[in-house]
Amino acid sequence: MQDTLAHLKRGEKGIITDVSSIHIPLKLLEMGCLPGNAVQLVQLAPFQDPMYLNINGTHLAIRKETASHILIEKTTHE
Amino acid sequence: MSKQINVALIGNPNTGKTSVFNALTGLNQKVGNYPGITVEKKEGICKLPRGVKAHIIDLPGTYSLNASSLDENVVIELLLNKNDKDFPDIAVVVSDVENLKRNLLLFTQIKDLEIPTLLVINMADRMSYKGISLDIDYLEEHLQTKIALISTRKNEGINNLKNLIANLKDLPIKPCLNASEIDQDYFDNLRKAFPNQLLYKLWLVITQDVNFGKTDRNEIGAVANFKTKSKADLKRLQQKETIKRYQFINNVLKKGQTIDISQAKDLRTKLDRILTHKVWGYTIFFVILLTIFQAIYDWSSIPMDFIDTVFASLSEWTKNMLPSGAFTNLLAEGIIPGLGGIVIFIPQIAFLFLFIAVLEESGYMSRVVFLMDRVMRRFGLSGKSVVPLISGTACAIPAIMATRNIESWKERLITILVTPFTTCSARLPVYLIIISLVIPEGRFLGLSYQALTLMLLYLIGFGTAVISAYILNKILKIKSKTFFVIEMPNYKLPMFKNVALTVIEKTKSFVFGAGKIILAISIVLWFLASYGPGEQFNNAETIVKAEYAPQNLNEEDLKQKIASHKLEHSFIGITGRAIEPAIRPLGYDWKIGIAIVSSFAAREVFVGTLATIYSVGSDDEATIKNRMAAEVNPILGGPLFTFASGISLLLFYAFAMQCMSTLAIVKRETNSWKWPVLQLVIMTAFAYIVALIAFQFLK
Repeated sequence: MQDTLAHLKRGEKGIITDVSSIHIPLKLLEMGCLPGNAVQLVQLAPFQDPMYLNINGTHLAIRKETASHILIEKTTHE
Repeated sequence: MSKQINVALIGNPNTGKTSVFNALTGLNQKVGNYPGITVEKKEGICKLPRGVKAHIIDLPGTYSLNASSLDENVVIELLLNKNDKDFPDIAVVVSDVENLKRNLLLFTQIKDLEIPTLLVINMADRMSYKGISLDIDYLEEHLQTKIALISTRKNEGINNLKNLIANLKDLPIKPCLNASEIDQDYFDNLRKAFPNQLLYKLWLVITQDVNFGKTDRNEIGAVANFKTKSKADLKRLQQKETIKRYQFINNVLKKGQTIDISQAKDLRTKLDRILTHKVWGYTIFFVILLTIFQAIYDWSSIPMDFIDTVFASLSEWTKNMLPSGAFTNLLAEGIIPGLGGIVIFIPQIAFLFLFIAVLEESGYMSRVVFLMDRVMRRFGLSGKSVVPLISGTACAIPAIMATRNIESWKERLITILVTPFTTCSARLPVYLIIISLVIPEGRFLGLSYQALTLMLLYLIGFGTAVISAYILNKILKIKSKTFFVIEMPNYKLPMFKNVALTVIEKTKSFVFGAGKIILAISIVLWFLASYGPGEQFNNAETIVKAEYAPQNLNEEDLKQKIASHKLEHSFIGITGRAIEPAIRPLGYDWKIGIAIVSSFAAREVFVGTLATIYSVGSDDEATIKNRMAAEVNPILGGPLFTFASGISLLLFYAFAMQCMSTLAIVKRETNSWKWPVLQLVIMTAFAYIVALIAFQFLK
């Protein structure tokens, strides 16, 4: 199974590979959440949700549910 | 004199767009509303070189021209409507040097509209700090624009910006990329069908819900029906368009911008680690709230006592200096106490808006949203509901408007419905005066009892809001998608100028907005309290004298008896006593009843009303507070404002939906009468029951 954004751990990085456009608002795409862009999980809120991300230099927070519709390839490995 | 030029400031949220607006206009600005909608319209005047005058509009912040809210719609509607009197001669796109890539998306869209466009890159002072360098000439050439590199914080580059605006004729109007490549056939057909229209404008009309002025609608109407693609296809195309624009931007920035990461210092990470920490984050948030309440209560009491005394002596002075008569009485007993009831709250309202402005400006508010989202979701709210709930402590009206960026309709509706429970600044006057009457002085852990009571009332407000949200979440059967996207901006030291302007602007609108209502009501009340029908009022003197003749009262006491007899039989007294049976179980007399009814116009009217009622007929130099403390309970004897009736009144005000303007805004934002009416009935009934229980239990 491919990784999604929701699988990132704190500090981990990845590259967005695909975005399921039905589940993702256009606004999120406009903020840089597009295939090919780099993403890093900056911080998790208490209770592990929402996620504070750095996507393509933009810092934003989204809920885990939305994050699970964004496919990524991890670039950092433990 | 040359023609005034229209300048539209456009940009993403958090780019310092408002700082640029403030730097250009200073105090020459005014805030109003767009006609028919409640979106704030900020405009101002700026003098440019060579005697040119610019009319500047600060448009709502938006990430793109694909509108997803009412605020963003305003931007598109203005930019697409050439007939609008505010249609810009020049669009000034404000960007932030640290987020250039994302900011440029909106810029490329605006370029496609072929309006002369200037790019402002703000926060230039942070470039060295972040290791960023820019090749301005390269960027200007490829983005087809002029660039003003400025720092509003250091006040650098503002004159250059004014110069560039004045020379708007030098700006190229060509688009900087060809977005129609994403589906050449489709756009070719579109161009053939409407040869006289701008292609990008057509595309926006097809994909957005835009309202146009009458003249434009006829031409454009046909375009909206030009539907050769399904909705899903259009969305896919919009996505392609976004990718296409980012490709272009990435290519330009690859050469035009270099970032040396080794130079970058990262304060954000360190601060975030503490401020969003699962223990420290909540602790800090709580301490901040505590500080705010201490400030509102303790720190502002000095100027408030001073204002109270000044107005009391002014009233006295007027009475002594002017010839006696109806006009003098109106002035001394109606208008001056009424004005005093407005002015006295300026210190507190200023403090409140000061804190809210600082929290917003610093970027801290977004962290609170992030921290609270999971918790709030349990109650059917969104993390973003925190902002309305906090700014609801200022006023429910802007707070309800601030719910617009909540993506899910259900979460938004619940937020709208529960926001009026938070303690707005209009309740503050009522709380403060009653607390100072019934809560003893003294301190606990360095905080005064009175401040703690106030804090408790705020907590009750928040608590009730959250609990009702939980109940509503269970009851309401609304299915809506839950999206949640929030930008986490950089931490910034709040700029003094921005904060000061916000505080001045909000305080002014309180004084003149609410003030007008309070003053008008004070005058009406004075008339109703000073005149009355029939024997009992007109012959009060004879009646009272006859009644008390055996007791041989002295002059002073007799005068007092006559005055209160008159008041009781004035128009207001008759009305008040008619409603008294309904409120007596809560521990109130008819005067408080009148104050409650008139405070439906605006809660803070409560204090002004009592001030007016009590001052009619009394001529000693007393402050509002002293007069209230001297009131005697007509049935039980003893002071009217006891611990029991005071607490009952505090609780009534904590829960009652008592503000016409809030009801109006709820109607507008939910587009139905159902919600505001439900709010009114349920909240008022709840308030009545709680106040009843409290009084009966405590008395």
